[in-house]
Amino acid sequence: MEEVKGRKSSSLLERVRIQEEDFSVEEETRKIKESSKRVGGVVSFLGTARDFSKGRDINKIDFEYYPGMAEKKLSEIREQALRDYDIIDLSIIHRVGPIQIGENIVLIVVGAEHRKDAFRACSWCIDELKRITPIWKKETTPQGEVWVEEHP
Amino acid sequence: MVKVRFFAVLKKVVGRDGIDVDLHQQKLTLGQLLGQIERELPKVRDILKEGKVLISINQEMARETDLVQDGDEVALLPPFAGG
Repeated sequence: MEEVKGRKSSSLLERVRIQEEDFSVEEETRKIKESSKRVGGVVSFLGTARDFSKGRDINKIDFEYYPGMAEKKLSEIREQALRDYDIIDLSIIHRVGPIQIGENIVLIVVGAEHRKDAFRACSWCIDELKRITPIWKKETTPQGEVWVEEHP
Repeated sequence: MVKVRFFAVLKKVVGRDGIDVDLHQQKLTLGQLLGQIERELPKVRDILKEGKVLISINQEMARETDLVQDGDEVALLPPFAGG
């Protein structure tokens, strides 16, 4: 794996993960802070499971993913963000499997010297994740199960 | 053999998570392969007709004119809903 300005590959540092277990926002923030003494600001996005969507009550949700391709796409998103924005490091973690209302779904943590590009990179990452990552959400509602189609 | 994988709503509607397709030493385009799959599994055709399913070959997004060969993995990907 190529090292660019001290940046190791995402898999080596576990900066990109898909997992069933919950993650710790504090722990992942700490890792990004510790990636460099230059980090002056950390911006995070935490996606959580809510109980109402498109007019339906939701009891629980389930995420399915394409093993291999999903991780590859998240790594590509991370690599592009590191190229396009003036940031130091970033991690993307997405949970899959059954998730209860109120629980964590996805976490993106971005560390940079200055806050402007940290905010921009974080925002771009979640938008891009939703656009290109083969992950699917099934909502269980009183009317039955629905595979969600995100409308742009 | 080309390993074809179904996900999410497609997997549910078709009732299976994939099929293997024997190319019989032919060169096929992705479009031709999809035609073959639709003939074998008509429910796939109904969903593909909606025009919302993307296709990947070996985990890269692909077009119907791309060629498939023995050993490839093709995946039918309904609209993503991650995040």
